[in-house]
Amino acid sequence: MKNNREIITQRVARFFNPGDVVNLGIGMPELAGNYIADGVLLHTENGLLGYGPRPEPGKEDEDFVGAGKQYLTIVKGAACFDSATSFAIVRGGHLAATVLGALQVDEKGNLANWTMPGKMVGMGGAMDLVVGARKVIVCTEHTTKDGSPKIIKNCTLPLTGAGVVNIIVTELCVLDVTKGGLVVREIAPGITPQELQSKTEATLIFPEKIAPMYSEPSVASQSGN
Amino acid sequence: MMVNKVYRRNEIIGKFVDGQRIMIGGFATKGVPDKLIDALVESGAKNLSIISNDTGDPGVGQGKLVRSRQAVKYLCSHIGRNPEAGTLGLSGEMDVELCPQGTLAERIRCGGSGLGGVLTKTGVGTVMEDSAPKLEVDGESYLLAKPLRADIALVKAQKADTFGNLLYHGTSRNFNPLVAMAADLVIVEAEEIVPVGTIDPDYVMTPGVFVHMILAQDGK
Repeated sequence: MKNNREIITQRVARFFNPGDVVNLGIGMPELAGNYIADGVLLHTENGLLGYGPRPEPGKEDEDFVGAGKQYLTIVKGAACFDSATSFAIVRGGHLAATVLGALQVDEKGNLANWTMPGKMVGMGGAMDLVVGARKVIVCTEHTTKDGSPKIIKNCTLPLTGAGVVNIIVTELCVLDVTKGGLVVREIAPGITPQELQSKTEATLIFPEKIAPMYSEPSVASQSGN
Repeated sequence: MMVNKVYRRNEIIGKFVDGQRIMIGGFATKGVPDKLIDALVESGAKNLSIISNDTGDPGVGQGKLVRSRQAVKYLCSHIGRNPEAGTLGLSGEMDVELCPQGTLAERIRCGGSGLGGVLTKTGVGTVMEDSAPKLEVDGESYLLAKPLRADIALVKAQKADTFGNLLYHGTSRNFNPLVAMAADLVIVEAEEIVPVGTIDPDYVMTPGVFVHMILAQDGK
């Protein structure tokens, strides 16, 4: 049985094709890097394009780290650059996609993920990423730990970007942000539209055809036959 | 004969005075000029205004200037790795101004390049509109990002020649080449100092013209 983070990040990884340049945010988004196709190039805003999995213990290099300070390996063809060049890649439309987490995301594609009352953290590169990447994918668990909705009608927290989100991936569904609202593109097996709507404050649009978000493992494959 | 810019640590410490605005290269704790920050702490210079990507870790890197309370103002994109900075920022004991990372990089680049600013879509529709004029160009909305300069910039390089031509390594480059352009006095800490003429001009990342002082290799 996969956990929510695996379900979400495996689905996110399927959006990318070889040749795409992608920035994965710190935390859950970076797990998508474990499932991407060969030839997808990962960008990290502190100045590297073309990183691979984390190095084996003992092979860490202090000069090759990600934005979360995690050690990285580099792939063939990688390039290093300064922060201005890095954000030229971001804002200049050279990223096929960026994947970020959310505190709140709303039906107009507004995203709030950088601050909340009583906290001082900073936006880092998030505000640049959401205006620059050609596709902004939010990956988040569908509700907060206490069950309250994160996909809401109007963000109440300070925004990272206004009207910037294109796709929302949770453990329950894949949503397209459209001018008309949030359209359910895929739904997890066993989840009814009613159940999905009940866990979502924003009004969801259910088209006639909704693809399954993933195929449920059959009894046969579970037993290994 | 090219000018030799290698200086002793004491000569560099003598450059720090109260009230200066200081830019520091580095991202989290990588590519941070730790020896120069130690020299700044030892100088005891107070009421400093720091511009850097972040506030380091607690008591580490730029975090030393937070803990020593020498930093009274801090302009950066992120302080989340340093709760001490968050506490001082929330209480108002340290004036923290947050700026999106890409905008910060461009502001510094502008300051070093003689430009009056750049227009960016970053922050449109957010609280960033409270602190930056919004302009419309060809039907698109942008925020004006104004240039930043400093009295002193502290730079970490992998290699410097004695004239100040610099090389960086991996993700330790980050903000270093940018702050190296944007201050009246640019001081470099390098892992290795080599004779002038030994770095291939094609591979120089920061031309020595931007650099004024290099911390002597033995740190003395």
